[in-house]
Amino acid sequence: MTGMVALYIFMLAAFTGYEVIARVPVILHTPLMSGSNFVHGIVLVGAMVALGAAHTPLEKIIGFLGVLLAAGNAVGGYVVTERMLEMFKASGQGAKRRAPGAETH
Amino acid sequence: MPAAWLSAELAIQASYFVTAGLFILGLKRMSSPVTARSGILWAGAGMLVATLITFLYPGMSNYELILPAMLVGGVLAWWSGKRVAMTNMPQMIALYNGMGGGAAAAIAAVELYRGAASGYVTDSLAVAGGIIGAVSFAGSAIAFGKLQGLITRSIRFGGQQLLNLLILAAALALGVLVAGRIDAAPAAVTGLFVLALVLGVAMTLPIGGADMPVVISLYNALTGLAVGLEGFVLNNAAMIIAGTVVGSAGTLLTQLMAKAMNRSLGNVLFSGFGDTGGAATGEVSGSLKPIEAADVGVMLAFASKVIVVPGYGMAVAQAQHKIWELCQLLIDRGVNVRFAIHPVAGRMPGHMNVLLAEAGVPYDLISDLEEINAEFDTADVALIIGANDVVNPVARTDKSSPIYGMPILNADKAKNVIVIKRGKGAGFSGIENALFYLDNTRMLYGDAQKVGAELIQAVKAVG
Repeated sequence: MTGMVALYIFMLAAFTGYEVIARVPVILHTPLMSGSNFVHGIVLVGAMVALGAAHTPLEKIIGFLGVLLAAGNAVGGYVVTERMLEMFKASGQGAKRRAPGAETH
Repeated sequence: MPAAWLSAELAIQASYFVTAGLFILGLKRMSSPVTARSGILWAGAGMLVATLITFLYPGMSNYELILPAMLVGGVLAWWSGKRVAMTNMPQMIALYNGMGGGAAAAIAAVELYRGAASGYVTDSLAVAGGIIGAVSFAGSAIAFGKLQGLITRSIRFGGQQLLNLLILAAALALGVLVAGRIDAAPAAVTGLFVLALVLGVAMTLPIGGADMPVVISLYNALTGLAVGLEGFVLNNAAMIIAGTVVGSAGTLLTQLMAKAMNRSLGNVLFSGFGDTGGAATGEVSGSLKPIEAADVGVMLAFASKVIVVPGYGMAVAQAQHKIWELCQLLIDRGVNVRFAIHPVAGRMPGHMNVLLAEAGVPYDLISDLEEINAEFDTADVALIIGANDVVNPVARTDKSSPIYGMPILNADKAKNVIVIKRGKGAGFSGIENALFYLDNTRMLYGDAQKVGAELIQAVKAVG
């Protein structure tokens, strides 16, 4: 990929991010922030490649930490977002109404 | 075998292309309540595809390190993410986001220590991504500590901004040395990252707890940017696209949040306001008038319209279930019950909606500020539960107040105002609440969960 093409990708991706979020209702701000937090967990792929090419012990230690942290970002981001969006399952008018006292956490 | 190598490369590129598409579609679906739940599944599928295909990367080694690292990080995050309470979500987002920033910085560190000699441009991008990632890592850790209650003080001193600027300048200067191959010694690289980490800590320490959501959102955008930059270094299209999309989406989200709090981003980052017990207290006349739960129960039972204003106090007391139970009793009696959500109720925009949804409150009973504000005039009771600044009328009237101009819920317009509150302290901003002193306001002191149970008994007793 040449530098110029990379620059075009950068510009188009930046506009895409802006457009995707532009009309989001306030109730989804927190879940969406969590969701975008999950998406940058793709850093895992880069951390794997970096550790995969590491040679010296120092590089290996840092690379190991990188993969560990990135895996935490990806998995944690997914679990937390999924739990939050779980609340929106019964969206729209057919919302569930649980019996008093029957709620669990 | 060039043919096999070529096909692996092709499979990887094709998979990353699919992943980038799934991420964008996933985020798009997450921005509407109807499709939100499927959005995370789409994005998750994209992540799975990209991670699996990366094992086929040409020339990869160290699998004996990669797999345990993934396992440890993944399992710890899974375990913590599953068991955290909904009220503590904001700090968990901060934590996972910081990990992503740290990972981006780690990639930069490996590339720079190795001196992969791929050119000035690539090295500059690695340095930039490394600094941003390290700042996000350290800053998010501080943000987590503050929201989790591990760090309670906001450390401020004169010339703090100047010091932070100097640290940034020093980090950038080292970055130029490293990227320009003037001094690419490991010591210079180490110094670069140490300075960036210190900067992240120093930048975040003076910011008060109330502003943390905006700061977390900003660091989320920064981590995205760092990931995108490291994507250029590794020539990885999936990272470039996903990182950049999050970088720009996160920036917009940060602006939306700051706007909802009537603050500019610069104000949040550099003013040091937004802390407990700091700001001046305005002049308030009148007295606080307490009331018993039994009297409130009668008042609620015979009201025709009740508007509930939940705040973070309700969430910390885990009272949303009890309050909803109370509201169901009232609805069964024919009372018109509505929930009024301020844009920054809870710890983040939308946080309160998540908490109410968890308790099973239907969406059609929940209204946002613009929808509900005209209706307070016709409400018999405004029930304020653990909310404070978002109903403080001085935001409309007192120009000297730090919260002047912030849109508030007009709870003071209701015929009766009942405030459920743990104690007599001021709100998150440290400002006295004029609403509590109004003639039509009564204070019901106690833990929101306990008070909720008492109110349920009181309403039942009315029969």
